[in-house]
Amino acid sequence: MIVRSFFLRLTLLVFIIGLPTVTLSLDKSAAKLLINNLLNDINQVTTSKKSEVEVAQEFEDIFSRYSDTKYIASYVMGVDRRRATQEQKKSFSSAFKTYIARKYGKQFKGFVVDQLDIRDIREIKKWYEVDIIVKTKDGTPVKITFYVSNRTGRNLFFNMFVEGINLLLNERTEIGAILDKNRGNIDALIAELQKPG
Amino acid sequence: MSFLDQLVFRPIMSIFLIKPALLLIATFCITSCTVPTEKTLQEGNVFDPYERVNRNTHSFNRSFDEWVFRPVSQGYDVILPNEVEILIGNFATNASMPSVMVNSLLQADLSNTGKATSRFLINTTLGLIGFFDIASAIQIEEPNTDFGETLYVWGTQEGAYIELPFFGPATERSAAGKIIDLVINPLRFILESPQSNYPRVATAGKLLTQRDRLSNSIDSILYDSADSYKQLRLTYLQSRRSKLNDIDEEIDVDPYELDTDGF
Repeated sequence: MIVRSFFLRLTLLVFIIGLPTVTLSLDKSAAKLLINNLLNDINQVTTSKKSEVEVAQEFEDIFSRYSDTKYIASYVMGVDRRRATQEQKKSFSSAFKTYIARKYGKQFKGFVVDQLDIRDIREIKKWYEVDIIVKTKDGTPVKITFYVSNRTGRNLFFNMFVEGINLLLNERTEIGAILDKNRGNIDALIAELQKPG
Repeated sequence: MSFLDQLVFRPIMSIFLIKPALLLIATFCITSCTVPTEKTLQEGNVFDPYERVNRNTHSFNRSFDEWVFRPVSQGYDVILPNEVEILIGNFATNASMPSVMVNSLLQADLSNTGKATSRFLINTTLGLIGFFDIASAIQIEEPNTDFGETLYVWGTQEGAYIELPFFGPATERSAAGKIIDLVINPLRFILESPQSNYPRVATAGKLLTQRDRLSNSIDSILYDSADSYKQLRLTYLQSRRSKLNDIDEEIDVDPYELDTDGF
């Protein structure tokens, strides 16, 4: 009787201690899985012999599937979002997707992810940071950090750092500069993002 | 005795007697590093009171890259076999190790001091004056630091952003560091002319290789962005701060707090 209750208590104890760590590691592995799948998909595109237009289209699909596009669009538009109409926000969101896919489709051409090298996954406030190392064609290791949250109910990445450079911050600067160039005209900004080149 | 003279006395003499002018300038830079106000800390914590001058330098640097640096780096890559570029890069890196040694020591980073010392000893001997990177082959990590980082460790403020002609983006702190690094580089006191020029030439070669390897990213900043000055400034500051581990948490926006309605 004593033994049984001891085991019972032990099981309970393990359960209580184990529960938070188990749910935590489940979330961690979900974040890991997301990045794993993302990189596999990117790899498939960059190693295929598709045309630049096709690659850009595939990247746009990947971007929509894996990232928190609403958050990203809102962040890069910055304070100008306050004076944008619903219509403008919507078309900006879609134009930004096209623009980013075209830009990074070009940039990622030189990258090959031989094997997924996940270095660290950290829980920060309400999100996860996933550190990975990829190698460029000439073997130079590059550290990339993805921020993953499930703000939307799904696990999606909402920012990405390449060697410590915050890509969203850079894009917000770029969007701001395009806006300045067009004297703050949001429609002109959207048109410029859609333009190939 | 002459060995001791070269290693100990001459460096000390140089620092205290021969190069006081340079040091004075550098010290002046350090003590007068401009202090940022709250208003200037917005937009990625950029403090740029010299923006007007900087923009002029930037357009000069950009033209220099467009007409000289980039085409030469492309030619360099075409003419030299990859293997030779690697040898030159290795030589330049190895020649920088004494400087890394000194700075790591000044930062009280004994682990990096040890790594830099053993790398330099191994690669200079077994690696035939540094052309072959034996140390990496036996898993000795390559430390990389400069006097700008030493100043950071000592608690100097970052200062304002500046764009230097030819050298490109810097902060007041890192620029002061660059000057001091030139003065205190131990190799300068050991090597006589013309040997003392070899590391410099190799470093130029290494920079050309890097320009060519990073061509996609650099071109995207300099030639494909709406405001290349801002883009370069932000990229440099982030990359420098990340190297120093001087990360600003404030920039992260909690994804749950941003208004995403309508996007």
